[in-house]
This record gives sequence, C-alpha cells and structure tokens, in this order.
Amino acid sequence: MTYSQRLVNLLLGLAPIALALIFSTLVLVAAGAPPLEAYKHLLQGASESPAKIADVLVVWVPLVLCSAGLLFTFTAGLWNIGVEGQIIFGVIFATWVARNIYLPAILLLPLMIVAGMIGGALWGLLAGTLKVYGGVHEIFAGLGLNFVAITTNIWLIAKPWRPELGATMQGTDPFQPAAWLPRLAGLRLSPVSLLLALMAVVVVFFILRGTLWGLQLKAIGKNVRSAYLLGIATNRHMLLSFALCGALAGLAGVVQVSGVWGRDIPQISGGIGYLALLVTMLSGFRALGVAPVALFFAAIGVGAARLHLRMQLDPSLAGVLEAGLVLSVLLVAGLRARLLMPREG
Amino acid sequence: MEIALLIRILSSVLADASPLVIAGMGETICERAGVINLSLDGSIMLSAMSGFAVAYLTGNLLLGFLAAMVVGAVIALLIAFASITLRQDQVAVGFVLTLLGAELANFLGEPFVRRPGPRVPHMPIPFLRDIPVIGEIFFTHDILVYASILLIVLVWFWIFKTQAGLRLRGVGERPEAAFARGVNVNRLRYLYAVTGGALVGIAGAAYSLSVKLGWSEGHTLGNGWIALAIVIFGGWHPLRVAFGAYLFGALISLGSILQRSIPGVPTQVFQAAPFALMILVLLLVSGGALERLLSFFPPRMRRLVGEALRVAPPAALGKPFVTE
Amino acid sequence: MTGCRLAPPLLLTREAMKVELREIRKYFGPVRANDGISLTVEPGTIHGLLGENGAGKTTLMKVLSGYLTPDGGRVLLDGKEGLFSSPAQAIGKGIGMLHQDPLDFPPLKVVDNFLFGRDSGFLQKREEARKELLELSGRFGFTLEPEAYVNTLTVGERQQLEIVRLLSLGVEVLIFDEPTTGISAPQKVTLFATLCRLAQEEGKSVIFVSHKLEEVLELCSEVTVLRRGKVAGQMAMPCTSEELVRLMFGQVITTRVAEEVSLGDPVLELRGLGVHTYRLDLSPVSLKVRSGEVIGLAGLEGSGQRLLLRACAGLIKPSRGSIFLRGEDMSGKSYQKFLDAGVAYLPAGRLEEGLIPGLNLAEHFVLARRGKASFFINWALARRDAGRKIEEFNIIGNPSTRVEGLSGGNQQRALLALLPDSLRLLLLEHPTRGLDVESALWVWDRLLERREEGTVILFTSTDLDEILERSDRILVFSGGKMLEILDAKRTNVEQLGYLIGGKRG
Repeated sequence: MTYSQRLVNLLLGLAPIALALIFSTLVLVAAGAPPLEAYKHLLQGASESPAKIADVLVVWVPLVLCSAGLLFTFTAGLWNIGVEGQIIFGVIFATWVARNIYLPAILLLPLMIVAGMIGGALWGLLAGTLKVYGGVHEIFAGLGLNFVAITTNIWLIAKPWRPELGATMQGTDPFQPAAWLPRLAGLRLSPVSLLLALMAVVVVFFILRGTLWGLQLKAIGKNVRSAYLLGIATNRHMLLSFALCGALAGLAGVVQVSGVWGRDIPQISGGIGYLALLVTMLSGFRALGVAPVALFFAAIGVGAARLHLRMQLDPSLAGVLEAGLVLSVLLVAGLRARLLMPREG
Repeated sequence: MEIALLIRILSSVLADASPLVIAGMGETICERAGVINLSLDGSIMLSAMSGFAVAYLTGNLLLGFLAAMVVGAVIALLIAFASITLRQDQVAVGFVLTLLGAELANFLGEPFVRRPGPRVPHMPIPFLRDIPVIGEIFFTHDILVYASILLIVLVWFWIFKTQAGLRLRGVGERPEAAFARGVNVNRLRYLYAVTGGALVGIAGAAYSLSVKLGWSEGHTLGNGWIALAIVIFGGWHPLRVAFGAYLFGALISLGSILQRSIPGVPTQVFQAAPFALMILVLLLVSGGALERLLSFFPPRMRRLVGEALRVAPPAALGKPFVTE
Repeated sequence: MTGCRLAPPLLLTREAMKVELREIRKYFGPVRANDGISLTVEPGTIHGLLGENGAGKTTLMKVLSGYLTPDGGRVLLDGKEGLFSSPAQAIGKGIGMLHQDPLDFPPLKVVDNFLFGRDSGFLQKREEARKELLELSGRFGFTLEPEAYVNTLTVGERQQLEIVRLLSLGVEVLIFDEPTTGISAPQKVTLFATLCRLAQEEGKSVIFVSHKLEEVLELCSEVTVLRRGKVAGQMAMPCTSEELVRLMFGQVITTRVAEEVSLGDPVLELRGLGVHTYRLDLSPVSLKVRSGEVIGLAGLEGSGQRLLLRACAGLIKPSRGSIFLRGEDMSGKSYQKFLDAGVAYLPAGRLEEGLIPGLNLAEHFVLARRGKASFFINWALARRDAGRKIEEFNIIGNPSTRVEGLSGGNQQRALLALLPDSLRLLLLEHPTRGLDVESALWVWDRLLERREEGTVILFTSTDLDEILERSDRILVFSGGKMLEILDAKRTNVEQLGYLIGGKRG
C-alpha cells in the first residue's frame, strides 16, 4: 500500500470517532452545556478512583457476556433484540433459587448460575420458536417478549416477592448471604464474574472459528436456503443459537443479582441488552473486538453518572455517544464502500 | 353495556389511535417504495419531545408540529441516505437510529419533564356533531383526528387511483422494471421515505400535544414498534393498516375497561398486553394461517380474496436498487 | 410454418425506422462483450441476431435500447444520431426491447402494467387503457384479461402484454431477446405470426435475438452472426444451416456419444406420487427407474416437473402415493434422511440456492463433508483437501476464493465437486443453464461418468434439444400432470413441443 493509501485508511478509521464527537458536541451545545467540561467529567468519572474503575468493570461484565452471546445469533444472520428479556429471565430464575433453596454458597452459587442460564435460554428459545415456526420476525418477537419480561419482573417484585418493609422501587429483600458472589474488598465487583466474562469470550471465539457448528452457523447467516440444501439443519441451528445467546444473557442476569445488587430490582437489566447489540455491531462481529469495545462503552456509562451529579445533565448522554458512534461507523463504512470501490459496469 | 358508554369508547378509540394511524400511513408509503424505516420508535419519541419542547418554549402549537415534522423527516432522510446511496443494511441503520432517537429524546428532553404545556384544542364541527351516534363518534375531536381520517383516504387514493401511486407500487415491487419505464427509482425512494418520516414526526407530536400530553422519560415507548407491526398486519394496504390501528386501540381500551371491572388482575398484564398482542397478530399473519385459510376457497375466488388478504411485502422491500 | 421473409413489406409508414449500429464497443473490465460491432436493420424486416450464449447479443441490444452506455461507437436512427442514456429515452425515440424475462410487475394487474409508464397525467385512466389494451390485443389475436394478475400469466402471455404495451407507446423498433425460451409450441406459432405481422403489415423493424438456428432460419430475412463479441458474418436468407453453424462456432461441433450402459436394478420407484402446494397440484406419477438411467423432465415453467424433482429429493412431502429408494419407503421422511440415503439435489440458482456467497471454497468443502467431519475443524487439512478437489475438477480458483468470485462455469464445477462420491440418485435443475458450450459439455461428461457408476439421474431443462440428446426416457409435463413417458430415441422436438404446450396457446 502506498503512503497516501495508508493515510486515507487511517483517516477513514478515525472518521467515525470524529463524526461522533462532533455530533455529541452539537447535542451538548443544544442542551446548553459546555462541551469540554462535559467530556472532562466523562473521562474522569470512569477513572478517578479504584472504586470507579471497579464500577466500570461491574458494567463491563454483563455487557461482555451479552455481546459474546449475540455473536452466535448475529453469525446466523439473526437480530436477537430480545436479549434484554433474556437477561431478566435469567434474573427471575436465579432469584427464585436464591429465595427458596438453602445450601452452602459453594453449591448454591453454581445452582443459581445454571438456573439463570436455563431461564435465559428458555426465553431466547421462545423468541426463536416464534421466528422459526411462527414466521414472526425476530425483532418483533424479541421486543414484545422484552416488554413482557420487564412487566413480569415488576409484578414479581410488587406482589409475590414484595419486600417486608420499604417501597417496591427498591426491589426485593436482599438475598441470603450464600447467594452473593464473593466480592473484592469494599467494592461491588466480583472476581468470579470477571473470570466468567473472559471465559465466555474465549469459548465463543473457539466455537465460531474452530468448530463445524460455527461454520454451519456462518453458512446459515449468509444464505439460509443454500445452507439447508447443503444438508445443514437450519432450524435446529438457529434455535440453538437463540438458546446459547439467551444462556449467556441469563448468566449476565445472575451476575447482576448475585454479584452487583444482591437482590432483584425493577430496572435490573438497565438497557444492557440493547447496549450489547451496539457493542457487537461496533466490534465488527468479531469475538476479539467485543471486550475492548464493551470496556469503552462501560467507561462512558460510568462517566455519565458523574456528569449527572456535577452538571445536572441526563446520563443518557452516554447512550447518545454510543449510538452516535455506531451510526457514524455505519455511515463511514458505507461512504468508504461507495467512494473507493471501482465503478460497476 | 350502555349505548352511551359504547359511543364514548368508540369516540376515544378514534382519538387515541390517531397518532398510530398517521404513523402507519407514513410508514406504509415509505415501505411501499421499498425502504424500511425501522427507527419509528426512536423517531416518534424524538419528534414527540421536540414538538412539545418547541411548543412549550414558543407557545405556538404550529411551530411545535413543524419542528416535530422536521425531526421525523431528517431521521428518515438519514435512513434513506444510508440505505439508498450508501447501500448499508436498512435494519442495522434503523435499529441504531431507534436507540439514538430515544437517547437524544431523553437527554434533550430532561428540562421539559412533567411540565404542563399547550395542547391541541378540541374542534367539534358545528352541525355534524349533533347527529345522533355518528356525531359524537366522528365530529367532536381536534383537528389532528380529522386530519388522520382524511389522511387514510388521501393515501388510499394516491396509491390506487393516481399514476404517481402506480409508480410508487412499481418502485417497491420491481425497481428494474420501473427504471425501464423512465422512473427515477432512487429519487422516488428518497421522496417517499422523507414524506413518510415527516408524517411520523407529526404522529410523534400528536402524542405529546394531544393524546398523551406533555413529556416524560420514555414517554411514547413501544408505539413505534406497534406501528411497524400494524403495517405488516395491514398488508401494506392503507385501509387495512388503518383498520389495524383502530383495532389495536379498541383492544387496548377494552383492556382498560376489563382492568377496572375485574379486580385482582395485576396492572402489569395490561401494560404487557399490547406487545403480547403485537406478537399474536404477527403470528397470525405470517404463520401461514392465512394461506391455509385461502386454500379453502375455490381457485377463482382465491384471486379476489387473496388480494384483500394479501400479506406479501413489496417484493423489493429493503433491497437497494443498483443500475448496471 | 412458412417464413414471411420473402414477402416485401406492404406498408411503409412514415415513422418506419432504419437502425444502424456502427462500431459498437462495450467492455466489462477485461471482457470485450462487444468489440466493434456494426449492423443495419431495414424497416419492415425481421433481422436475426444469432450467436451462442456469451457471444454478446444481449449486451448489444441493451446498448441499442438504452440500458447500457457503450464505450465506443454510434447508433443512427434514420441517419440521425441516437444514443440513449436510459431505456425510457429509447422508447421515446421508438426503440423497445422485450427481455427474456419480461420486465413487468408480477404482483400488479395486466391493466396496471399497461398503464405504467404512460404519460397520462395525474389520474389513472383505467377505462381508456382497458379499451386500448383490448383493441390492440384483438388486432394480433391475443387474449389478455385486463383484471388478471400478471403473476398468473404464462411467459407467452406476459410477452404479449409487453408487445402490446410497447406498441401503444409508439415503438417502431422491437427487439426480442430469446423470446422462445419457456413458451409452448402453439404460443410460438402465435409469436412468429405476430412478428411477421409486425414487420410486414405494420412496417416495424424487428430484431430477433436467438441462439437457435432453426428459428432464425424460419423467420428472418437477414441474419447477423456474433461470435466472441465480434461480427462473424452476415447472411441474407435463404442460406443453409451449415453456413450459419460455421459462422457461429468456427467449426463443426461433435457431441460425445453416450456409451450404451446396461441398466441395472431398479433404484427409484414412484407409486402414484402426488404433490399438493398452494400454487400447483401435481397429479399422481408412477415410475420405475433403473440404475444408470437418465430421465429428462420436459415441460414449461410451472408444469410440475420441478415439484416432482423436489419431492424425489425429500424437500416436499408427497400428499399422495409413495416413493421408494432401493426398496426402502422414503415417503414423508426428512430431507436429511434423503441425503443420508444417497440422494443429491442441485438447484438452478447457483448462488441463490446452491452455493453460499461470502464463504470460500475450502469452507464449502468442509460443510459438504456430511457425517464424516469432526466437531473441530483443522483448517490446514481442510485447505489441502479443498486444493485437491479444485485440481480434480479443474476449477479456476484456490481454497480461499469466495464463490461469488467464480464464473458461472466454475460455480457449476464447484457444485459438482461438492457432491458426495457415490450417489444413488442425482437430481438436477437446469444443469447447463447460462453456460457456454464448452462448460456444458464438461458438465455432461461428469454426469455421464456418474451414470456409468450406476447413479440415476433426473434433470429438468428448457432446452428440448438437451433433453432429447441426453435422456434415455423423457417425462412430459403440462399443467401439473405428467402426460407421458417417452422413449428418447422415438420422439422429436416437434412432438415434445406440442405435448408440453397442451391445448394452451
């Protein structure tokens, strides 16, 4: 590649970031907030103390788990928007175990993990079944089921799992001590969850790259009709991808209730599912890209909380930045393809 | 049930469903041209917020609606640009814009949360309102509701009775053939996408300034998705889409009534109901049930009934058009 | 059928147009589709454009009718410059093209299709259009129902609609691109009569593009033969077919004579097999096929032969009757079970249904290894295996080449290479569609090899010559019924053509 080509490539790689920054700066100006100060707070918010860094990692873990799981469904060409609901059902199943089964932690925690993964997998399978056998597009199935899951969780917290004292807005009563993931001193972060997140990425990477099933999934994603004719059991594989993605999302839910909050709260999924979709898109659908992108998003998310504290700005600025970035990437990729491609014909 | 109650319910269904109707009409023409505007939920939210904010700040309702229209049109323009010119995946771009629209709405709308603001005044039509039954149902609303009904007729007429409408259908079904007949396919797609987006913007403002007054976080959450589902349910036919919108509205009203008369059922059931309903409705339409139903008719009748019950999307929906 | 070429045009209208192409050049990258082509078409004549697939005929006509802009050369209409930048412009100047797959709108009605593209103002003037449609159709003896949906029409009827539509727009030059593909024999008779009428009574200039010698001989008054992007020669009628063959191919082609293969035990048996779908009902078929037999399925698109093929592959469950493979009842079993039993199905759409764009050759070969593949993939080994197959099948490409980068011929080779080694039953849809003569011959060489190993081959084709030449027996389909089973040696093209057309046309 010539020097000028390298330069162009570099510029095009940085262009989305520049675009996103310009956009969010305009938005800040529209909200009447000084942009530079906002960015300063955003960056400081994520790094100013060990507690803050731990907070970033706390957000990072469930994000990575969900994004890794989404790689399965994206590879199969599916839009699993229902991740949010799958997280919640992982929460519900794990919470049930925590509230009803009394065992030492060494047995209870794995049981909760398994239960949560089953819960998420089942909810994912439901979306998959509606798609494969019902012909309902997975976006609508996923969304509808998300709302159902959210309201189900709210009802559970309001009625059967109502706390003894206090408002239901605070969530259920805290879990039994055995149901809490071991944490680092004074922080809300659990080393177990970090381990789980890293393992998930590695496992997903190997399944997709190195196994026949992964290749079959890729074939389905590119051309489901040809894949079927080649003898691949397309329906089964698609359902399995929904189940696996749901399982990882359910695991994320377990981490939330057991490692972060210690109880079930109404906003337990906190939009992580939707964010994970953005993370996976931004990572170019590559397993190795998921962890760093998720870290970046987690940092912005935590930083935005500080923004709210110091500048009274709504923390949804983080979402604006994140979605803006993905949009910029899509636009620049399109521009690149159209400008640099040789003319057809 | 008393007749008076029924009349009042029908009247309110007509009013409450009007934003859905407007959004549905906008998305119908957009998709008929072959472009999917998946960002409806985010679009509606952002335009609802913008419409309210501008109306609140300027005290002028018209400016509010204009602002909302512009917002909806700009988002649609972005989608059109990304999918027609840049040939990116319409679903991906639409989805990201949904999230972006929602986040922007929440961020910029923060100062306007729960503020009382202007509302579209009721404009009952003098003589027609006094007609028994029909008068109360149809002629006691605000201008938006009247506009929504008019819009249905307009869109239907445009698509099926004008040359331009024929071109619209052609562009969405088989752009190569339309191109061969002198139609500038991509220009038409831009036009219809942006027009559809403007209508969606008006629908958003219709929420915050008429049906669900004011602004709060996640104010219109979910309605955009329901609008998209209704377009599919309606088979991309304006009359059926409108029917779907009113049906949805009616079922939700029914839900509220049941909620009041049957104690003990948790409110969450009714909150989740519209979305469970959405899935059910799509299941019915996509699941081959209609095909099976059609096979009961003799072949000659199948053709007639088939068009009325048609569920196939415009054949070129979502696919970029490339000339040689 | 007497040609109409000998009678001089009765009426030369004022708008009758003489078309001249001078030194037309059109390149697609390194491929010279048109390399300096010149030809002249006189009004009131039918001018034939002959050449095998890939010779450049369609490209040339697309240039003339405004679909493509040439890289060099001129177009003259009655001596005036006329290069168009869009098909609509071309129609405005009087040049219209009928594509092999008519560019119409299947989900819309006949009258909608007729209306589309006319400058008739704001409102649709349906009544007017309907009247004009019926009047024009009547003139040519077509029966077109204005309120019918185009996707219920046969290809022949869709052509008629296009002809009538182009005429109503005042077109003087009509280009017909391979119009006889996929229409029945009676419809062909009507078409030819129409073409003669257009030329002689209406004084239009007609260009008839085809790769079929006999049709050109029958119909045209003058022929231009293209070969590899250049004009190989021009002949005025009458002339002999040998002269045309020599111009088309540069030599005489001999096809490989299939060796006489002794037929073995019965492999495939169909007992009253019927299939029911929303669009079509296939009436019960009974058939016994022995190993080494080649069965050709002949019929118009949508007559049921594709349904039969797919039922034999296990892709559709039969609604009636049963299917036996080597004595085992396979009726109602899943597609996977059919694959396990030694059945393979090669669809017509190579990139749409057969190969997976985005995946490379090595990945395809891994995917095709049914049952014998382990859970984990050893990519080094996989690439080596792929390389071996690529050499064996003479595919121009390497293991990391993505399949969409292969040419049509190489894609077909890849599809054949993906097949398992020993097959009981091989089902092919249009095995040589879109291939040049060399590739087509190669494909049949491979198929005949399998036949010598005992594989039963069932194939569909729209090329009746191919069916006659390659099959042992021929199943003739029309309107969802299998009409007859013919011995290939005891029938000919005409009989087949009339049978597949049924009573329609």
